[in-house]
Order: sequence, then structure tokens, then C-alpha cells
Amino acid sequence: MNDMSPNKAEREAKLEGMGCRRKRVEDVRFTQGKGNFVDDIKLPGMLFGDFVRSPYAHARIKGINIKKAMKVPGVLAVLTATELKGVNLAWMPTLAGDVQMVLADGKVLFQNQEVAFVVATDRYAAADGVEAVEVDYEALPVLVDPFKAMDKNAPVLREDLKGKTSGAHGPRKHHNHIFEWTMGDKDLTEAAFRKADVTIKELISYHRTHPSPLETCQSVASFDKIKGELTVWGTFQAPHVIRTVASLISTIPEHKIHVISPDVGGGFGNKVGAYPGYICSIVASIVTGKPVKWVEDRIENLTATSFARDYHMTAEIAATKDGKVQALRVHVLADHGAFDACADPSKWPAGFFNIVTGSYDFPVAHCAVDGVYTNKAPGGVAYRCSFRVTEAAYCIERAMDILAKKLNMDPAELRLKNFIRRDQFPYQSALGWEYDSGDYHTAMKQGMEKIGYPALREEQKRKQADFKAGKTRDIMGIGVSFFTEIVGAGPSKNCDILGIAMFDSCEIRIHPTGSAIARVGTKSTGQAHETTWAQIIATEIGIPSADIMVEEGNTDTAPYGLGTYGSRSTPVAGAAIAMAARKIKAKAQMIAAYMLEVHEGDLQFDIDGFRVKGLPEKFKSMKEIAWAAYHSVPPGMEPGLEAVSYYDPPNMTYPFGAYFCVMDIDVDTGVYKIRRFYALDDCGTRINPMVIEGQVHGGLTEAFAIAMGQEIRYDAGGNVLTGSFMDFFIPTAVETPVWETDHTVTPSPHHPIGAKGVGESPNVGGVPAFSNAVNDAFGFLGATHIQMPHDYWRNWEAAKSLGLIK
Amino acid sequence: MSKTHVKFKLNGAAAEGMCEPRTLLVHFIRENLSITGTHIGCETTHCGACTVDLNGKSVKSCTLLAVQAQGADVVTIEGMANADGTLGALQEGFRQMHGLQCGYCTPGMIVRAHRLLKENPKPTDEEIRFGIAGNLCRCTGYQNIVKAIQHAAAKLRGEEYLEAAE
Ligand code: FES
Ligand code: FES
Repeated sequence: MNDMSPNKAEREAKLEGMGCRRKRVEDVRFTQGKGNFVDDIKLPGMLFGDFVRSPYAHARIKGINIKKAMKVPGVLAVLTATELKGVNLAWMPTLAGDVQMVLADGKVLFQNQEVAFVVATDRYAAADGVEAVEVDYEALPVLVDPFKAMDKNAPVLREDLKGKTSGAHGPRKHHNHIFEWTMGDKDLTEAAFRKADVTIKELISYHRTHPSPLETCQSVASFDKIKGELTVWGTFQAPHVIRTVASLISTIPEHKIHVISPDVGGGFGNKVGAYPGYICSIVASIVTGKPVKWVEDRIENLTATSFARDYHMTAEIAATKDGKVQALRVHVLADHGAFDACADPSKWPAGFFNIVTGSYDFPVAHCAVDGVYTNKAPGGVAYRCSFRVTEAAYCIERAMDILAKKLNMDPAELRLKNFIRRDQFPYQSALGWEYDSGDYHTAMKQGMEKIGYPALREEQKRKQADFKAGKTRDIMGIGVSFFTEIVGAGPSKNCDILGIAMFDSCEIRIHPTGSAIARVGTKSTGQAHETTWAQIIATEIGIPSADIMVEEGNTDTAPYGLGTYGSRSTPVAGAAIAMAARKIKAKAQMIAAYMLEVHEGDLQFDIDGFRVKGLPEKFKSMKEIAWAAYHSVPPGMEPGLEAVSYYDPPNMTYPFGAYFCVMDIDVDTGVYKIRRFYALDDCGTRINPMVIEGQVHGGLTEAFAIAMGQEIRYDAGGNVLTGSFMDFFIPTAVETPVWETDHTVTPSPHHPIGAKGVGESPNVGGVPAFSNAVNDAFGFLGATHIQMPHDYWRNWEAAKSLGLIK
Repeated sequence: MSKTHVKFKLNGAAAEGMCEPRTLLVHFIRENLSITGTHIGCETTHCGACTVDLNGKSVKSCTLLAVQAQGADVVTIEGMANADGTLGALQEGFRQMHGLQCGYCTPGMIVRAHRLLKENPKPTDEEIRFGIAGNLCRCTGYQNIVKAIQHAAAKLRGEEYLEAAE
């Protein structure tokens, strides 16, 4: 727009469209305590459900006695697997093609597994009831270590799978084996390794952790016997999927199920799956004829619903002696816990792990993933990342550093040498993806300049000399990470959930007075959709954001969508929003042409209306056009101004970024200090920079937590050692570093507005930056790879094992 | 279980109800009184989502019994707006500086910051970080919360805060 007359600039500013730091509309209610979260819902006669959970990680249930519990004042019912069998719901299907016990059927397979559901008049009475249920367990041998899962005499965990030599994803090799998934060319990869000058091989583990949003999982179910209708309010990142699943596993037709996600207090992948609590609240409502609320407490959340990661990756790189990568080979042992309840697109048992070639031009690659059962909680959710993408990014970014060390090359230089070049996009990766766009060299160089990379390396050299000379006990690490994400699942050709293609949707209605409502198939859990979706529409059709209401989460009113996770909202729903807006714009243009008595082709769109080319004074604003749409449309045209779009993306989007972490570690105590953290993100077109920066801050903080201490840990008996916020690391404002953010913009060529998605990039790129900084700090003292998480204790252990502490 | 009569001042008005002696203050406020802005994130005193102001101190209402609030002066997020109903300085600061995302920690965070600024009207960023260390946020990474509180502090001192949300 070259004519930025004050009038034009003013009109544009008034729209608060794309690119503007629009303040969030959500904040008005949240800052006043007027959000509407699940636990805020109170219905007449509402009951409360609570679980009896297993203290054992593996045990046979010899009996459950509910007599005493039923005598507890306020207790109305106790559900066990026996009752659930009556409605065919003792087990439920998982998103990964496995089945999962809703309530323990014959045995328990992980600590805190759901055994019985006590329904009472309030949460205190329910807790009393839980105490009074007597369960007789016979302890069984426990399997915790995934590396022992496929031992010959490993305990049999899943007796229900006895004799099944194949599962949802092909053959099973052992009674505790779930699937083997392979990608790439094994023979060519082997050949490249045989010829290579240099190879590296390392076991890189990404430990088990948990998304733990501040609001736990919860639901309220209300079954109306007369109408045969079920309404469920819940913490759902994908309410439509929940409705379909609820219909498929119950006998209630889908149109009689109303699923509502009200305000949701954070998701991070935790709230994608279907959990026993949701099912039990539904069954209990059907049984009692009353609404039933279930609210998980924090301990239950950490120990029973949806862990993340637990990937043990053996990575190998073959390279020339001057540092050109030739081949990548990765084997993953994936610990899925007691049931395979991973929330991945159905055909992808290891998610998009095959993005593991990262940002580098590997001519050939091969990866294989073996999933195994252990006596741990099920889950395997994408904790603030696209499916298994953060595992892949961690794997390749650590492996590149290990290669750099072996070659005695600077890790940034090694990356620059091997990046996919700008002119190679769209780029076909060795493991099957087509990267849409990127400019890695520019991003990396901009990052190196901003952080002052050469000077930092100089300083590090001096410090290393000082350390060796005994002048200091501090070591300095510079963590470099350059990630490529794959988000926006996804194209129907390769992505579905239980057979439903992973499109997303938007419906826009323009009201006669020129304001609008937009309903979208996604569900914000903090990402500000009510604010940013309106900005897309504002720019597309020229109605101010402030006049557009965005609604999500009610399956009766929103068009069918697959929900919010895997950074798919902007790539998929964002596109649907733009496409729906463009349909409206096309009709508006016809109406404007009629009003101005010209041919449509004689009009051009100008910020907030249509103008006749060459006759600038002939103009109709969107507001006028909206009124006309309900008042005087051209002959033969239907009145009204609304549109629906279901968008099936042609490809994924590939955000990327360059992250740098500067850290100092005191070897005697293991105490580290994050001196600087710089994050450059390229998420294509930026809709609201304020929201993007907020997403980056939050994602980096989660990455910091994971890399530096957050872990779900079990002892040998399968007892969870990190079951509360006392032991599970959530950084406070004191530990959290100050973040420096930056960006480049490389739009996605196939997305209607060029946006790629950003919410998860900082987690994906952040974890390797922290871990590489620790490893870089210890590198000159002989360390090759120190496993995460790098808390003070483990840093101290690392120092000790390197002989630095007497 | 027999019930006890509990009465205290809530956001300037009298509030009362019957509850079991074991009822937690947070449940009494949310369920008996149906004032739901105060949230629950852990019930183990770690997250601060349940923070309320009690007799001039920030307390975690999941770790107090309702009966312990007998006769007290309790302020929750619902008491943070200006008298004319407009957003209070902290509420406005959080909005201006993008100090919230999912909004679940926000009520506890604002109530805590309210007390912090009463005790220290001109805090450094570091003092703010230390002062809100009892309140966890999973979404924002705290950086903009610090700015939000500085924004409010400046406003309450009658100064202008200029830094943009980052
Ligand atoms: S709910 Fe009270 S501190 Fe978390
Ligand atoms: S805004 Fe979500 S926990 Fe703080």
C-alpha cells in the first residue's frame, strides 16, 4: 500500500487486523475472575465423582468390596468394571488403535490406575467413600525399565492381548511389544555408513515428563433420560472428536450429544485424549439420572493422565571429514506405559518423528521406532509440540553437536555447512516430508550476530583456560539449536483421527449492521483465538476486529473441527477462516457492484470496502454492503452474507528458528545460571506479534523446565516419585530466565495468509538449546553426552564422573 | 458431619454459610458462596491459583479451613476492580502487558500482586519475581507478568509506564 494518507492509515488502524499488537478480548473476563471453567459449572442436583486408585504398579485384583463405602453418608453409587461391562464400557478404544481399561478389569497395570468410581453428593463425601472401598490386591512382578520390556522372561503385562501377534500398526515381536514403525531407506543408509570418513553413535534419551496445565482435567456430564440427550462440559482440546468418540462407544446418536469446552486453563497436549474420568462421569450420570462432576486433583493429573516423551533414541550420523553429513540412522525405544494411548494421527504410531533429519540436507536416512508396554501411566501426548517432533528435534540437535565435537568443529559452523539452502525449497526430505519454505542461513546468521556469537566463543576459551589453570570453578556453555518443526496436521492424504480427516473449519456470519460472528472448529486453551481469529477476518474483509465475535468449543454451534494441538490452529483453522472470509468478500463484491452500478471487475478492495477503479469517490463500505445484503441484493442472488469453509491443507507447514543459550555452571555444586537466552522464530506471516512473543515466552519456560529438571520418575517398584508440584519441577518467576525474542518472516507458500504456527516452536527448539549448553560447558572436560534433565544434582554428578570433584 | 456457621467479610460485604469444619476456604468461597474467580491448581499449597487476601496477607485458600476465616476480612479477584466497576490498575496492567494467556493463574496472581504492591509500591523486577514466587503460571513464562505488575505499580504511583509487552 503506497498511498498511506492519514485517512488510509487511520482506517487501517481502526480494523486492528493482521500484524497488529491487538490487546486480547479474553482478558476482560479473565482479569475479573469471570472466566467460565469446568469446575465453575454448578447444576441443580449435581453429584461429584472420585476415583479409587491402585497403590500398586502391577497387581491382580482379587476382590472389590463396596459395602462400607455405600454406607458412607452422601455416597450414592460405586462403579467398578463390573458395572461398566453392563454398558460395554469397561474398556475404551484409544486414539492409537489400542484399548484401555476405563476401570481396572481383573488387574491393574500402573500406580494410580482407576479402580472404582465413587459418586456422592459432594467432593468431601466422595473422598470419604473412596477411603471406604476395600480392594484386595495380589502384587505381580513390575516392569519399569523399557529396555527390559522385551526380555524373554519379562512379565506379561497385557493379558488381554494374549496370542495377538499383530496390533493396529503391524506385527508384534514380543508380548510387551506394541509396534515397530520404520521410515527411509535402510540399505542406502547402511551403504553410506560403510563409506563414511566419520561416524558418531549415541544413546540420547528424552525422559518422561508431563504437560500439567494449571487447570487439571475435569468434566461435568448431564444425561437427560426423557430426551435421551447427553451434555458434557469438559477440558477438551478437541470437543468434536470427543463427541464422535462418545457416540461411537455409547448407544447415544451423535446429534443427541452436546459437547462443550468452556474456558480451558491450559492444555499443552494434556487435554487431547479421552480419559476414564470423562467416561465415568458420563456413565454415572446415566446411572444416577443426575449431573455428575469429575475434577482430577494434581496428583492424579501427574500420575494418571497423559505423560509425554519417554523416547530413548540411538542416533548415528555419517559424515565426511570436513563435516558434510552423509546419512542419519536412528532407532527409538518408545515407552508407552500400560496402554498405547498416544494422541497421534491414526496412521502415525510414532507421530511425525521422521522429521528427525531436522534442518539439514541428509541425502539418506533411516529410522525405526519400537513401542513397548511397561507398568507406567499411558499417554504419550504431544506436550507443547507437534506429534513426537520435540523428541526428533532434540535427537538431531544433540547428535549434530556430538558430531561437531568429534570433528572439532564449531557447532554453529557445522549447522551452516549442512543447512538446506533457500533455493532447495520446496525440499524433499530423506524421510518423506516436503518442507514448504525456509531461509535457515539468514536466520542463523541473524541470531549469531545478535547474540555476539564469536565474542562468546572467545570468552569461553578464556574461561576454559582459567578453569584448567585452577583460577575458577565456573564453566561456561553456549547452547546452539536450530530446529525445523512440522505442524498443521494435516492433509487428508496422510492425516486422520479414527478415520476423520484432519481438516478444520470456520463459519462467518455478517450481521445487517456490519458486525459479525465467526465460529471455528478449534479450541483455545490460552492462545487468544478470540482475539487473533478476528484479526484475520478484519484484514480479509474490512470489518474492525472489535466488531467480530469469535466462538469456539460448542459442538452444537461450531462447525466440525479437529481441535487445537500440534500447532495446527493457525495452519489449518487460520486458513479456513481466511477462505471463509474470502467467500464473503466475493459475494460482497457482487453486491457492491450492483450498488455502484458497475461490473464486479471494475471494483477493487480498499481496506474496508470496495472502490471503483479510477473513480475513487465511488466507494461502498463493508458496513453498507452488509446492510444491502439483507435489504437489496442483486436480482437472483440469495440474501444474507455468510460463509462456511472446511479447509483441507495441501501440506504441513514448517516453522523454524535459531536459539542460543548462554549458561554458567559451578562444577562444585552443579548450580547453573542462565545468562542469556535468545530465540529467533520464523513462523511465516505474523498475525499478532504480542501474542506470538507471549507464546514464545511460555514455550521457552516449559522447555527450560523440561531440560533443567522436570521429570516423571518411577522407582523400581513402579512407584511415582514425582507426584506433586513439590517434586515435579515447575519453574517459578525466580528461576525463569529473561527471554530475548526475535524473528524473520518466511511465509508458507501454500497457506492462504502465509502463516505457519508458533505455539510449540519454543518448546521444540528450546530443550536442545538448554541441553546443548550444559553439554557444551562440560565438553572440553571430556563429556560427550550428559542425559537430561540437567538439574543441579545431575550437573554435580556429571562433574563428579568427569573427575572434577575429589 | 455436623456443620458450623462461618461468617466473614468478602470483598467488603458480609458473607456467611454453613459448612463442615473440614471444608477448605477455597471450596467454601467457590461452592458455598458461588464466587468462582478463585481457582484450584494443586490443593497442595504449591501453585497459588487459590490465593486470596486475608486480613491484609496473601494466603493460599486451599491450605486454610473456612472456619479459620471466621470474622476475617477476605478479598478475592472479584474485589480487585475500581469502585466504578472499571478494571483496577492490576487488571488493566495484565491486559496491557499481555500478562495472561489461559487466565487460570490470573486471579491468584493479581490478588498476590495487589498485596505485594501495598507492601512495596516501587519494586524492582527482581523483587516482583521473588514476590510472586508462590504463584505458578504455566503459560506466560512470567516476563509479561512482571511488566504487568510494573505497569500497575507505575499507575498507582501516578506515573506512566512506557515499555511495550514483549
Ligand atoms: S490450589 Fe492452593 S496452592 Fe495450588
Ligand atoms: S496464564 Fe495460564 S497458567 Fe498463567
